[in-house]
Amino acid sequence: MMNSDLLYSPTLESAQPQKLDSFLDRIGELINGGYQPLAFFGTDEKLIYALMGRPQELELICTAFPASSQYPSLTPEFPAFHIFERELYEEYEIVPLNHPWLKGLRHPSHGAVKFEDYPFFKSDSRLIHEVGVGPVHAGVIEPGHFRFLMQGEIVEHLEIQLGYQHRGLIGLLCDGPLISKMPLAETIAGDTVIGHGTAFCRLVESLAESSPEANDIRILLLEMERVAMHLSTLSALAGDVAYIMSQNLFAALRTTVINATLSICGSRFGKRALCVGGVNYPLNKTLIDTLKVKMQKCAVQIKYTSEAMFASNSLLSRFDDTGKVSHEDALRFGFTGISAKASGVAVDARADYPIWAYPGFEVQTVASGDVYARAYLRYKEIMQSLHIIQEVLEQIDPAAPIQAALKELVPGKIAISIVEGARGRIVHIAKSKDADKALWYRIIDPSLTNWQALAMAVAGEQVSDFPLCNKSFDLSYCGSDL
Amino acid sequence: MLNFFQARIRHGYQAIPDPLTVGIDSAFPGLPELAEDADLTLLNELCPTKAFEDDGLDLGRCIFCGLCSRKYPEMVTFTPNYKMAADSRQKLIMAPGQRTLPRMDFVLPRQFRYSFALRSVSAAGCNACEMELGASNNVNFDISRYGVDIVASPRHADALILTGPISHNMADALSETWHAIPEPKYLILCGTCAISGGLFAGSEAIDRAFLKHWQPCLYIPGCPAHPLSIISAIVSIMRGSK
Repeated sequence: MMNSDLLYSPTLESAQPQKLDSFLDRIGELINGGYQPLAFFGTDEKLIYALMGRPQELELICTAFPASSQYPSLTPEFPAFHIFERELYEEYEIVPLNHPWLKGLRHPSHGAVKFEDYPFFKSDSRLIHEVGVGPVHAGVIEPGHFRFLMQGEIVEHLEIQLGYQHRGLIGLLCDGPLISKMPLAETIAGDTVIGHGTAFCRLVESLAESSPEANDIRILLLEMERVAMHLSTLSALAGDVAYIMSQNLFAALRTTVINATLSICGSRFGKRALCVGGVNYPLNKTLIDTLKVKMQKCAVQIKYTSEAMFASNSLLSRFDDTGKVSHEDALRFGFTGISAKASGVAVDARADYPIWAYPGFEVQTVASGDVYARAYLRYKEIMQSLHIIQEVLEQIDPAAPIQAALKELVPGKIAISIVEGARGRIVHIAKSKDADKALWYRIIDPSLTNWQALAMAVAGEQVSDFPLCNKSFDLSYCGSDL
Repeated sequence: MLNFFQARIRHGYQAIPDPLTVGIDSAFPGLPELAEDADLTLLNELCPTKAFEDDGLDLGRCIFCGLCSRKYPEMVTFTPNYKMAADSRQKLIMAPGQRTLPRMDFVLPRQFRYSFALRSVSAAGCNACEMELGASNNVNFDISRYGVDIVASPRHADALILTGPISHNMADALSETWHAIPEPKYLILCGTCAISGGLFAGSEAIDRAFLKHWQPCLYIPGCPAHPLSIISAIVSIMRGSK
């Protein structure tokens, strides 16, 4: 049962530039009215855009680049802007005055300063020593640098320097016909292929004013991706506290789920599955029935494994009260996904900007804001997603068309696409240049804003709990670095 | 406690008995085959990474997106053969009519036959190859049964396994990690991005100078490389291909 009124696919006429003062005032008004910044960026049109949103409502405003190349920073009052303002500073040399920690974000150099020479926050206290970790880590993970200011074993401050994964992806997206960029969209974050892929497809479809086929298969794949990623995190969390049984059981369950994704499209990560206009591979009756049985079996096994794990005292003594993020901070910094929901903030694009009807959907939250909350919430979300998967599998019609004919892009149009990926709210926003290219394209991966949550969670913790805290957020490096 | 036993019993035995010969879902796009009369120019126009050359399909550039095989199924088929690896760049090119990759000549010295330690470096990989490399050592695939370990320090490593197209920002860290590995040492490229830069080959943020100085001994294609491809490739240079 699809109610198309519920589906959220906003397109906006090019917003009219406002004066800088009224632009900044408007942002303040919106935030006080319960809005959050979903995106804030500059473009080559010499405009600064702010996309503000609260459930079911979006507002896009813009202003011309200030003539003096500076403006009073929004960060001191609204800290959610801190990373966006650094991005704007790096890309367009616009200085947000009084930004508390202004430096480049991800480019190989900023002006005369090279990436490797970026300053780190320092302390002159004789009690403080520094610990640097990365960019190459001990495990098989993406690179990033963590600089700790330590007092004994206790972390006083953590500064996270990313950018090592910067591949210049945005530039490549705008270079050539947008429709040919599907494989590139699948590599925005290789573990969120369907999340970013769906956001990309829906954005291009909006720019072309076409409606896609096979929405149900996309939603199926999206929820399977969420289940797989949460299982991967739960496995690693169990491994980090040497609870080996769950580490192996969850890893095997993840294999079952991603192998099921492979049986649909050929890739364990869902690469190849999506295309602008629909999906590339249909689901036949046999495959649908196999998936139903497989996912049902997984649900039972996940329930047993999780309940055994969350009843283990030795595991709980490591998870409980470790790496806390307060409800207020989660709101002020605009965290999304698990990072927010585990601190009791009910943000979820599936409820706020739904692209599917999701009958009876309720945002799952846990209030305590610690590693336990983020782990237990993943379990709750897995069960919820498995339920959605069964519902979607019931609805899929194997005979339905899977690809819609494509139209050309409408030149000069701005479109927005919001999808709840496994890590939180994925926002894609772009303006078309002509019938096939984008003038600009911005991607806001949930990790970009959520990394700050990790820095705040480890403050006051023992440094030995850092790997556990890091894994409990399980953020994307390349999604932030693009 | 009951849950614990129920979970353990249902888990059963998850390890793949023999990852070197196990079959894989027929949906998996493995080693491609080109028809004798395949129009390579036509295929190359379609290809997002321009992987079709004058003499065939370059697996080092192919991202296995399947665009060509969906549009021209009579010219290109991806078989579910996961054994795709080569010891030289040239051997990764599948000519029209070719059914297997050439035999690998490279074999590690005898002391690595039962013990081979890898240091993984991700240099702007999208985390798909990284997760597949991690999965190679999970309960299902269990590469450590062959004596292959992924170690935390380059000082303990015999080889560096590289994923990702090598961003400018990772170039120094990659080089430093490589120099910290004691001799004798080997370089393995895992995934299409590492082998050719993949979709990012033309990006200004990429710096592949490292590969001008150092010669890889093993190329494992895939986007991402499947754990079974990774395992069969690494074991074949340890034991020698028969």
